[in-house]
Amino acid sequence: MPNSLIRIQETNFDVSTELAALRKGDPRVGAVVTFLGTVRDMNDGSQVKGMTLEHYPGMTEKALEEIISQAKARWDIYQALVIHRVGPLLPEDQIVMVAVTSAHRGEAFAACEFIMDYLKTAAPFWKKEDTPDGARWVDARIADDIAMVRWNQK
Amino acid sequence: MKLELRFFASLREALGVSQESINTPESVKTIADLRVHLAERGLPWVEVLEGTKVLRCALNQHMVDANTPLQDGAEVAFFPPVTGG
Repeated sequence: MPNSLIRIQETNFDVSTELAALRKGDPRVGAVVTFLGTVRDMNDGSQVKGMTLEHYPGMTEKALEEIISQAKARWDIYQALVIHRVGPLLPEDQIVMVAVTSAHRGEAFAACEFIMDYLKTAAPFWKKEDTPDGARWVDARIADDIAMVRWNQK
Repeated sequence: MKLELRFFASLREALGVSQESINTPESVKTIADLRVHLAERGLPWVEVLEGTKVLRCALNQHMVDANTPLQDGAEVAFFPPVTGG
């Protein structure tokens, strides 16, 4: 088990190491689903040279704990890990990792997608992109709100 | 009452403030009242707090709507819709 299942950090992380730690010593686990979010070099038609991620220390951790506890109440999963980076990032860098363990894949797939959809709309992170026309704050996407609302209709 | 204010992302930049402690008058009872009270400071407050289309707020680090009553000693944050992940 890693030190904590919610981590906000500037440093990079190694997916294999994290997954090994997450399921170590738990032979009930038969499925591990992972989502990895990375920095694209294009957004809204502009080239992205890099970005800076800001967050609300304290609230971010609380919001992620709440999202994970909702996922645990809804699906039969064992562990959920969320690592989110903050600070300056470059294209191809890893931004976020969500990993869920369960006995069978169905529960883990659903819980992982749910956690990611909720994170996108409820966890206080903000991206500022560095483009050829200068720096700009990223606008929230309606598609992300729709993805979150969908879970309340299931 | 005494409040701890926090501002993030584009709001923080536009206001030039990330946090401050304030004492509010009796008339400020909800988050919406606080927004109006801060907007009365003039520029850039009025422009940022009333001109921003969508503003999110948190009370003691939980996202809430603008009608939520304030409590003495609370931490109140204003920020744009989140864009992490």
